Amino acid sequence: MNRTELQTMAEAERSRQQAFRCRFLCCAGTPCLSAGGGAVQQALKQAVAARNFEASVEVVGAGCMGPCSRGPLVRVIAENGEETLYERMTPEKAARLVEAHAAPGSTTLPEEWRIAEDSPFFSKQTKIVLSGSGRVDPERLESYVGEGGYSALAHALREMTPEEVCEEVVRSGLRGRGGAGYPTGVKWNLMRKAPGERKFVVANGDEGDPGAYMDRTLMESDPHRVLEGMALAAYAVGAEQGYVYVRGEYPLAAQRMERAIRAAERRGLLGHRIFESRFNFRIDIRIGAGAFVCGEETALMASIMGRRGQPVPRPPYPAQRGLWGAPTLINNVETFGNIPPIIQRGGTWYAGYGTEKSRGTKVFALAGKVSWTGLIEVPLGITLREIVFDIGGGIPGGRAFKAAQTGGPSGGCIPAAHLDTPMDYENLQALGSIMGSGGLIIMDDTSCMPDVAKFFMEFCMDESCGKCTPCRSGTVQMVRLLDRITGGRAVPEDLERLEDLCMLLKETSLCGLGQTAPNPVLSTLRHFREEYEAHIRERRCPAGVCDLGN
Amino acid sequence: MGVVTLTLNNQLISAREGQSLLEVIRENGVDLPTLCHLDGLSERGGCRLCVVEAEGTSRLLAACVTPVQEGMNIRTHTERLVRYRKMLVELLLAERTHVCSVCAVNGRCELQALAARLGIDHVRYEPLHPDLPVDASHGRFVLDHNRCILCGRCVRACDEVEGAHTLDFMGRGVQSRIIVDLDQPWGSSRSCTGCGKCVQVCPTGAIVARENIAGGVEKRPDFLLRILEGRQKRIWRW
Repeated sequence: MNRTELQTMAEAERSRQQAFRCRFLCCAGTPCLSAGGGAVQQALKQAVAARNFEASVEVVGAGCMGPCSRGPLVRVIAENGEETLYERMTPEKAARLVEAHAAPGSTTLPEEWRIAEDSPFFSKQTKIVLSGSGRVDPERLESYVGEGGYSALAHALREMTPEEVCEEVVRSGLRGRGGAGYPTGVKWNLMRKAPGERKFVVANGDEGDPGAYMDRTLMESDPHRVLEGMALAAYAVGAEQGYVYVRGEYPLAAQRMERAIRAAERRGLLGHRIFESRFNFRIDIRIGAGAFVCGEETALMASIMGRRGQPVPRPPYPAQRGLWGAPTLINNVETFGNIPPIIQRGGTWYAGYGTEKSRGTKVFALAGKVSWTGLIEVPLGITLREIVFDIGGGIPGGRAFKAAQTGGPSGGCIPAAHLDTPMDYENLQALGSIMGSGGLIIMDDTSCMPDVAKFFMEFCMDESCGKCTPCRSGTVQMVRLLDRITGGRAVPEDLERLEDLCMLLKETSLCGLGQTAPNPVLSTLRHFREEYEAHIRERRCPAGVCDLGN
Repeated sequence: MGVVTLTLNNQLISAREGQSLLEVIRENGVDLPTLCHLDGLSERGGCRLCVVEAEGTSRLLAACVTPVQEGMNIRTHTERLVRYRKMLVELLLAERTHVCSVCAVNGRCELQALAARLGIDHVRYEPLHPDLPVDASHGRFVLDHNRCILCGRCVRACDEVEGAHTLDFMGRGVQSRIIVDLDQPWGSSRSCTGCGKCVQVCPTGAIVARENIAGGVEKRPDFLLRILEGRQKRIWRW
């Protein structure tokens, strides 16, 4: 395929879509599917067939639309471009949806089925990575191309040198979205300059944090965007082989990525001589076997190479010695998702979003005690208050906000006193938490913080690979101590012992898992120490969660 | 090969480029404890006992896997490091069932010696006492999981020196365990050559030869170097 053919394909797709009187986009992401989205899509198709509307009405499965707690979601796009979003669809409701939209004037629908698209949940968001999610059909390449897909790659291959691609990424100020926040452009430049005949590009889709599903959604909803981002990276750093490492618990994401790769290969958008240039790039999928530690880059590489998923000490960093000893670029799935718009619209445009040191937008998986849970994309620097109370719609049941847990088991809690802190990498770190990959769990006053800390510590204990002593054995002892505290069996020295172990793990563990495992404990101790003391000294759980046996 | 100079506990020393910190520290007569490191085997960086402080970085460095660099300023025995080392050994002692009085290598055990050297007279952590088997199916060797500290020296010796790769790890976290072949009784292993290298390199009583149990023979992990040197110099060629 060349650039003209890409344009032809995009135009053909757009005019095909415009030919429909109305289009029903059903969310086909995991949350909506598990809420019965498949049956809704089926019912829509049946209703359309029953009225013989097939030629003028289209029913497609699209990606995630955001408010997952309201699923299954259906977006209706009318001929004049007007869009309506419907929540909590059922097969019965679906038939009436077809009546109302495809046979105009026949029926009106109850107002409460609709989600207002100007509600704060949507209006406070800025969608860059997720701009195609919920609009494109992840199973069809044409759909992505119709939205302007692969034009950034075509542009880069034709009119930009690898240096220029790297420069554009540097200019964008994009930082790695996997959690650590290393500047992506700097990493790419290091990789570009690294000597080596073979180089690899890896997309890290091993997202194991409890409550986080940003990468899964992107892979499920807009797989070609990830592929295009990877191809741009490969061109920029000189790689010819890439891997998408998908978490084993994400079968749908793996399946959609696989299909997307095959479709792109068939059209010459991946593989040999992409866009009739001299650039070759092949992508393969590797599926993890369910180990959180395999999100750590050295363990991930071991797993790709078919070895036991255990980290090895760095340096050498993957950019120096990665897969099979060759320089390897590892970026998070979401990071790659940011690349096509950056190349298309320029790094300066992207840098216009966010704060001084944290540019652009970040996808968060908003979960826990808020009225609206789901996937949101917001400009960095937004305050936690805006996320919880505007986008999330506040705490249900009239209860009080207590804390937000960010960054999963490597992160920490932000208490109510810091609700107005702008969310960026530095501020979160200063509060003893981290951005992480974007899990955001909101807790109200019915949460017991030592109990929350125990939950994350148990997770780390289960996921420790067992290679280094502090992580393997330390996490077990920490869980035991937390268990004594929440069980009302602790003595004051136990708290001291717990803090000692926190420092030991933080400072002596081999990889990030162990080094950050104490963070939930440390941050809850920092902001909610009185709760620990109430458990120990008064044998009392202030939140009324723990059974202290009295 | 280039020479680098660095500071070790306030003393200026020199080292060859490419050496590990651990080598240099030991060459200079500083006693830095290790358990998973063994001369002749690849580095694992797992026991974390050799962590040292380097000026200019807030992170602690595991000396066995850190190459020397010009101008480093290393401290090996600060109060914090000694405290951490003690905690690490205590964690190991609490992890499995280490009862020295009924151990075949009592008095000749690296873990025991290290605990004594660090002045550990009691363990602050709750002993886990996992229910683990003893594999005595082999005719000459015994594998007692209760005394294993998962240093992986046996696994690496079997793989890197003997070339059999009979031993490996299974499970993760605290559930990790040394296995023979595909987790089968050692006696039924077809890949084991019975060379006994694992016995010699094991720092504790986890892998012992049957004759050790009765006689109390000393283990000799340093023999690996003799094998490797001989192999490299081809002194056995004829």
